[in-house]
Amino acid sequence: MRLFTFAAPSRFYGLSGALLPWLWASALLLASAGLYVGFVLAPTDATQGEAYRIIYIHVPAAWMSMVLYLAMAGWAAVGWAWNVRLASMLARAIAPTGALFAFIALWTGALWGKPTWGTWWVWDARLTSQLILLFLYLGFMALVEAIDDPKRSDQAGALLAVIGAINVPIIYFSVRWWNTLHQGASVSMTAAPKMASIMLTAMMVMTFAFWAYAFAVVFTRTRAIILEREQDADWVRTLVREEAVDA
Amino acid sequence: MRELIELGGYGTYVWGSYLVTALIMAVEPLMARHRQKLALQQAAMVADEESEQGN
Repeated sequence: MRLFTFAAPSRFYGLSGALLPWLWASALLLASAGLYVGFVLAPTDATQGEAYRIIYIHVPAAWMSMVLYLAMAGWAAVGWAWNVRLASMLARAIAPTGALFAFIALWTGALWGKPTWGTWWVWDARLTSQLILLFLYLGFMALVEAIDDPKRSDQAGALLAVIGAINVPIIYFSVRWWNTLHQGASVSMTAAPKMASIMLTAMMVMTFAFWAYAFAVVFTRTRAIILEREQDADWVRTLVREEAVDA
Repeated sequence: MRELIELGGYGTYVWGSYLVTALIMAVEPLMARHRQKLALQQAAMVADEESEQGN
């Protein structure tokens, strides 16, 4: 059996279509639960007051922006190396969502920084590398849009995405490697979390909500890209005929 | 209610964060869905043209 049999765009189209309602429902339910825990159950922070409640979206958005970048670069590389069409399509579909999460991380960070640090922005290592992440996403999107030939476009995008991936560990470790105004990690893979468990619960539930959202929106966009690229395929013709009968 | 809006003086910052995030997360799925609808219509047009040529 070939390794990428399940990566046929037609199969993915059907499977993701069946998953979408569940993903949207999970995102909504988890976000409602997370906001309830974060705003109703969790108390006011002793040192940061109410401003700390921004972290329930700031941290998950920042995490998602990094994870999605790695996913984008990974799929782009798979598409390039093994010529898997679906992988390149996924990479393209991830980029706008990753860019928006990077923007949300920067926006909410600025709105947290103003009352807490007294400034919207500083050019410290964490903030600057996160801004570069946003530019990498935008650069990837502009590059793949600028090249008409899909194959060359995918390859150029993959090259940019893979080189840019070096920025992700830089963001993650920036608060350790440099003396940043941005605080160190409150939650890490190697140590016990440095925050109250109720606040941590809210933040983790919001993270799962963002995951579900990201899967849902990326799958929706992937389905659009599949149709755009495979217009001439037999299975798409059958699909649109069925849709026409349904409507 | 007033307390919830003001959030101890941090209301502008907290709600400014949540409002923009909610807006983005409402508009992005609509745009993705719209793109998918357009792609379906486009594919239907291509299929129609081909079946006309075939006749």
